[in-house]
Amino acid sequence: MQVNVTVNGTVFTREVEPRLLLIHFLRDELGLTGSHWGCDTSNCGACVVWLDDVPVKSCTVLTAMADGRRVRTVEDLDRGGQLDPVQQGFAECHGLQCGFCTPGMMMTARWLLDHNPDPSAEQVREAISGQVCRCTGYENIVRSVLWAAKHEGGGT
Amino acid sequence: MQVPAHFEYEKAASVSHALLLLARYGQDARILAGGHSLIPMMKLRLAQPEALVDINGLTDELRYLRVSGGELRIGALVTHAQLLESELVGQHFAILHDAEQVIADPIVRNWGTIGGSLCQADPSEDLSAAFAALKGSMVVQGRDGSRVVPAREFHTGPYETVVAPGELLTEIRLPIRTGAAGARHGSAYVKVARRVGDWPVGAAGAAIWLSGDTIADAGIGLAAVGARNFAAAPAEEFLRGAPASTQSLRRAGQLAAEHCQPVPDQRGPADYKRHLASELTVRALVTAMRRARTPAAGRP
Amino acid sequence: MTGRTDVPPAGGGAYGPLRRKEDARFVRGKGHFVDDIALPGMLHGAILRSPVAHATIRSVDTAAALAHPKVAAVITGADLAERGLAWMPTISADVQAVLATDKVRFQGQEIAFVMATDRYAARDALELIDVDYEVLPAVADALLAMAPDAPVIRDDLPGKQDNHVFDWAAGDKAAADAAFAAADVVVAQDMLYPRSHPAPLETCGTVACYDPLDGRLTVWSTSQAPHAHRTLYALAAGLPEHKIRIISPDLGGGFGNKVPVYPGYLCAVVGSMITGKPVKWVEDRSENLMSTSFARDYHMHGEIAATRDGKILGLRASVLADHGAFNGTAQPTQYPAGFFHMFTGSYDMQAAHCTVTGVYTNKAPGGVAYSCSFRITEAVYLVERLVDLLARELDLDPAELRLRNLLRPDQFPYTCPTGWTYDSGDYPRALRLAMDIAGYDELRREQAVRRARGEYMGIGLSFFTEGVGAGPKSQMDILGLGLADGADLRVHPTGSVVLAISVQTQGQGHETTFAQIVASELGISVDDVEVVHGDTDRTPFGMGTYGSRSTPVSGAAAAVAARRVRERARIVAAAMLEVAADDLEWADGRWQVRGDPEQGRSFAQIAMAAHSGLELPAGVEGHLDASAVYNPPNLTFPFGAYICVTDVDPGTGEVRVRRFIAVDDCGVRINPMIVEGQVHRGLADGVGMALMQAIVFDAEGNCLGGSFMDYLLPTSMECPSFELGATVTPSPHHPIGAKGVGESATVGSPAAVVNSVMDALAPLGVRHADMPLTPASVWRAIQGRPLRTDLAAS
Repeated sequence: MQVNVTVNGTVFTREVEPRLLLIHFLRDELGLTGSHWGCDTSNCGACVVWLDDVPVKSCTVLTAMADGRRVRTVEDLDRGGQLDPVQQGFAECHGLQCGFCTPGMMMTARWLLDHNPDPSAEQVREAISGQVCRCTGYENIVRSVLWAAKHEGGGT
Repeated sequence: MQVPAHFEYEKAASVSHALLLLARYGQDARILAGGHSLIPMMKLRLAQPEALVDINGLTDELRYLRVSGGELRIGALVTHAQLLESELVGQHFAILHDAEQVIADPIVRNWGTIGGSLCQADPSEDLSAAFAALKGSMVVQGRDGSRVVPAREFHTGPYETVVAPGELLTEIRLPIRTGAAGARHGSAYVKVARRVGDWPVGAAGAAIWLSGDTIADAGIGLAAVGARNFAAAPAEEFLRGAPASTQSLRRAGQLAAEHCQPVPDQRGPADYKRHLASELTVRALVTAMRRARTPAAGRP
Repeated sequence: MTGRTDVPPAGGGAYGPLRRKEDARFVRGKGHFVDDIALPGMLHGAILRSPVAHATIRSVDTAAALAHPKVAAVITGADLAERGLAWMPTISADVQAVLATDKVRFQGQEIAFVMATDRYAARDALELIDVDYEVLPAVADALLAMAPDAPVIRDDLPGKQDNHVFDWAAGDKAAADAAFAAADVVVAQDMLYPRSHPAPLETCGTVACYDPLDGRLTVWSTSQAPHAHRTLYALAAGLPEHKIRIISPDLGGGFGNKVPVYPGYLCAVVGSMITGKPVKWVEDRSENLMSTSFARDYHMHGEIAATRDGKILGLRASVLADHGAFNGTAQPTQYPAGFFHMFTGSYDMQAAHCTVTGVYTNKAPGGVAYSCSFRITEAVYLVERLVDLLARELDLDPAELRLRNLLRPDQFPYTCPTGWTYDSGDYPRALRLAMDIAGYDELRREQAVRRARGEYMGIGLSFFTEGVGAGPKSQMDILGLGLADGADLRVHPTGSVVLAISVQTQGQGHETTFAQIVASELGISVDDVEVVHGDTDRTPFGMGTYGSRSTPVSGAAAAVAARRVRERARIVAAAMLEVAADDLEWADGRWQVRGDPEQGRSFAQIAMAAHSGLELPAGVEGHLDASAVYNPPNLTFPFGAYICVTDVDPGTGEVRVRRFIAVDDCGVRINPMIVEGQVHRGLADGVGMALMQAIVFDAEGNCLGGSFMDYLLPTSMECPSFELGATVTPSPHHPIGAKGVGESATVGSPAAVVNSVMDALAPLGVRHADMPLTPASVWRAIQGRPLRTDLAAS
C-alpha cells in the first residue's frame, strides 16, 4: 500500500507492506536510525517518537496507521543545529551512558516540558515510567529533564 | 525479529464503512484501534488476522466523552489518556481515574483505546473490573443495528466477548446514579502489581452509594483474580442495606474472595490472589466510602 | 543528592567531573549501533528455535523455506556439521551446539538459520521449516538434576551418565570445622540467588561480511571483547586470524551479556561465506532473554559461626550451581565458580570453606554475566544475609555487628581465608559515612515509632568487597589467553595524541575517561586526546571489558604507555634544552630544568621537536609513540557500604524502596560524574534483582521470562533518588590508584534491599525470603509458606 507520512517536516511517499511497523519504516526505509527498538512488546520505550504531537511507542504502530499523519523523531529535536535544552540537559547531567534509550527518553521529556514547563522530579519519573533505561538508574535522567526545564529559552 | 504476519489492511471511513468491511472479510477480520493490545499479539504471532479494519480515523463518530440520558457515554475510541485527563470523568467516577493512573504507562495510554482494551478481554484488564463495579453497559453495533449489553455480560471468557464477527463495540455507558435525595456516592480502584505498568496481580474497584449510615447499593469489580464477570455479586448483595461499617466491608471482602477462582501465574499463586480479592475489595470499599462521606473532594 | 566525600578528590590535572565526549553524537540520535548498519546486498538472518526444552530431533525439512521467493539460503545443523562447525567451544571448555544436530537441550535452542532479502521475510520463512521432535522429559529444577532417574542432558559427551558438571572447593575445611566447633552461635540459611539476565536495552547482533576475493572477514558485532572474539572465530571456524576484523560499534549496554560468541554470530559468518553477501542477524528480545547468557542461578546453603559477643569466627557454604544445558559460563578457566570463594567478604575471620557443584539442566547456557564480578555478587549476598541473620540471633544492631567485624585499615594488605590478598581499604570509615548520610540512629528511632503504630519500615545494610580487574596472567586465563590488555599511544607532531585501547565501552564513557588518564599524564588538554577502541584492526590485543576490568587493566596500560611517552619526551626535551635528562623534572605539564623552572618545554613543543631536524640522543628515534601491555600484579579491591530504607505493606506484600544510600570506595576517581552514574546503574540493578527480576521456568522447562512483560526491569518509579557518598583509598599497586567501579553497586546492593525488607518484617517473625521479593513472595513469607522463586507458581 502507499503511505504519505510527514516525518520531521518532510512528506515521504512510500510503497510499504501494511504490516510494516513504524519503527522499521523510520529506521530501514528512511534511514532515521536515531530511534531504536528494544523489546518488541511495548515495554521499553526505546522506540518512542511523536505521532501527531503525542509520544507513542513506534514498535507498536503500523506505518499504515501513520498514513496522513506527522511523525517527529530525535533527529528533529535540535533547532537549526542548536541543541534543544533537553539534549543539553542530558549531556550536562550525564543523563545517558550507552545512549540507546536516550532518543526515546528525550522525546518524552520534550513533550512533558511542552505541557508542563516546571515539572517536579516525581512528575518526570511518572512521565518516563513506561521507558526502560538500563544504565542510569533514572537518577540522572530526572536531573537532565529538570535541568532542561530550568534552562528553557521558550518552548518549541 | 518479532513482526506481524501478512494481512489485508483497510482504513474505515465511517462506522458503517467499518461494518461493511468487517462483513466483507468475515470471521478473520479484526478491528484495529490503538493497536496496543492487538499488535503485540500479532508480533508474537499469537494473533494472525487475515484483515485489519483500521478505525483510527473515526474520531468524529467514536471519540467523545459526554453525559446523556443520565449516563456518562464513552466513545470506544477514547484513549486511556483522555479518560485519565477528563474532568467530567473524575467528577462522576473517581474509580476511573484511580484505574487509569495504573493502567500500562503514560506512552501506551496515549494511543491505547478504551474499546480496544475491553475487546482484548484480558482477564486482568483493569477497566473491565472498573466498568463492572459501575454496572455499566456496552453498545455493540452490527449492520442490522445496535444492542446494549450489560458490562457484566460483555465478556464470555478469557479473551472472548459477545462482540460477534461483523460487529463493533462503539460506546460504553456508565449510569450516573445520584440516587434518592441524600444518597451519596463514592468509588475507588486499588491494584497490586509487581511493578508500575504491569498487569495486576489482583485489583478491585468499588462503587458505593450511602443513605445515611446505610449502604444503599454497592458495586464491586475484580480483575485478575478469577471473579465471575469481573464482579463480586454475592458481596454486593450482602452490602445492600448493610450498615456502613468497617465490619460490613470486611465481610464483603471475605465474600468476594470466596467466590473467586484464581488461576496461578507468574504474578502470583492462587492463595495470594484470593487473599488480594478480599484485601483489595476492602481497601477499595473503604476509600469509596470515605469519598462518599467527603464530597468536598469534588466527587458527588 | 550530591555526592559527599570525606577526602579531597585525588588524581592528576585532567581528573574531575568532565562532561562526556561521546554524548555529542548520542544526544543527536547519531549513535552508531549494529542494527544501524546497512550494507549493499545485505541479507537478513533469522533463527528457528526449539519450542521445547528437551527433545530428539528426528528431521529438519527446509524445502518450503528455501522455496520462499525472498529466501537466499537456509543453514541447518547438518550443513554446519559438514564444515565441522555444528559445535563450538564455550568459554568454559565445554562445547555448545551452534545449530542442533542430535537433540535440543533448552527451549529457544538454535536449530536453523534463514537468510532472506528482508527481515520480515526471514521471519516468515521460519514458519515454513518443519522439524520433527521427539519430546523427552526435561530437567528444569536444579535440585533434581543429580537425581538417579534424571534424564541425561549431555549424552553428546562421551560416556556421560549424569548431569554433573564440576565440583569445586576452596578454603580450609578442617580449620573451618574447628572454628564452628568452637563457636557459641551458628546461624544457617538456605538461599537462592535466582537466575537473572543482564538484558541490555540493545539485544545482541552482528553483521558479517566475507570477501571471497581476499578472504577477509569483517564482523560488526555487539562484542564486549572484540579481540577475544577474533581469536575465538579463528579457533572455532578455522579462519586465519589475520584475515578477521572485528568491529564493535556503539553498544547499547552489555553488562556481561555481550562477552560470549553466540551461535547467531557464527551463523551469520558462515552465511556470508556461503552466500557471498553481507549477512545481518539481530536477535529479538525473546531470543535475547531465552538463549543468551543468563546470570546467577545459585542455590546456596550458608553457615556463619560466632562468639556470643559477636565476633565472627568462620563461614561455610555449599552451593548447587545451575549451569544450564551447556557450560558456557564466562570466567577465568581456573575458577569454575568464578570468584565466589571471595565469600568471606569484608570481615575478619579465622577460617572459611566452600564447595560448589555445577549441574546441567534443560535451561539456557551461560552463567557469569551481569555485572557480577565473576560471582562475587552471589558471595556478597550470601555473607551479608548471614551477617544480618547473625545480628538478629545475637540481638545486636546489624551496623554494630558489622563494625565489630569489618577488617581494620591496619590489616591491609590482607589475605583472606581462601587466599585472596586485598590491596587496601578503610572499611569502618565507609560504613560510618553511609550511616552518617542516612542518619542511621534517627532512622532506627523512626522505625521504633512506626513499629509501635503497626507500620513496617525496614533498614537494611550491606557491605561489600569486590576483586576486580582480572587478572594476573600467572593466575588466570580464558581459554589459554592471559587477561592482560594493551594500549598504543601515538603522538602527532603538534602534540595531540591518539590512544588505541583493547577494551570496549558499552556506555562507561571510555572516550572521556581514557582521554583524562592520558591528558593527566602528559599535561595536555583532554580535547587533544582521541580514544580509538572497538576495532581489532586499529587497536592492540586485549581481553575486553567485563569484570570491571577496563580501568584496572586497560586504564593502567594507558597510563603506563603515557608515562613511556613522557619519558621519551624527557629525552627529547633534554636535547632541546641542552641539559642532561636527569636534570629535568616534570611539573605543571612540562619538562623543566630542576631549580630553573623558566627553562622548560611543553609537551606540544617537545612533540614537534621530535619530528624536527633536532639531533636526537640515544633512546629516541623520532616520534614519541609508545605501547604498553599491562599484566596486573593483583586484582584491585573496591568496597562500599550501602543502606536501604523500605516500607512494606504486609496486607499486600508490596515493597517500596524509600531511600538508598551508597558509599563507594573505588580508589582514585578519574571522572567522579561517570563513577556516580555507574553506581546509580548498579543500585537500580539491586532494586530490580531484589524485587522483580528473575528468569523462571516451569516443570517442562518452558522459560516464563521470555519478554519484558514477564522479565520485569525496574522503572523510574521503583528506583528512589539515590544518595551517594565516597571515600578514596587508592590501590597501592595500580599506576593511578584506581580500582574499577562498573559492577560494585550491582554486587553490593541486592543484599541491602533484602536485608531491609527482612528487617521490616522482623516483628512478624520472617527470617528469610528469596529474591525476587514480589508482592506474592513477601506475602507468602509472612504466611510462613515462602515461595520457590525459580519455578512456576502454583
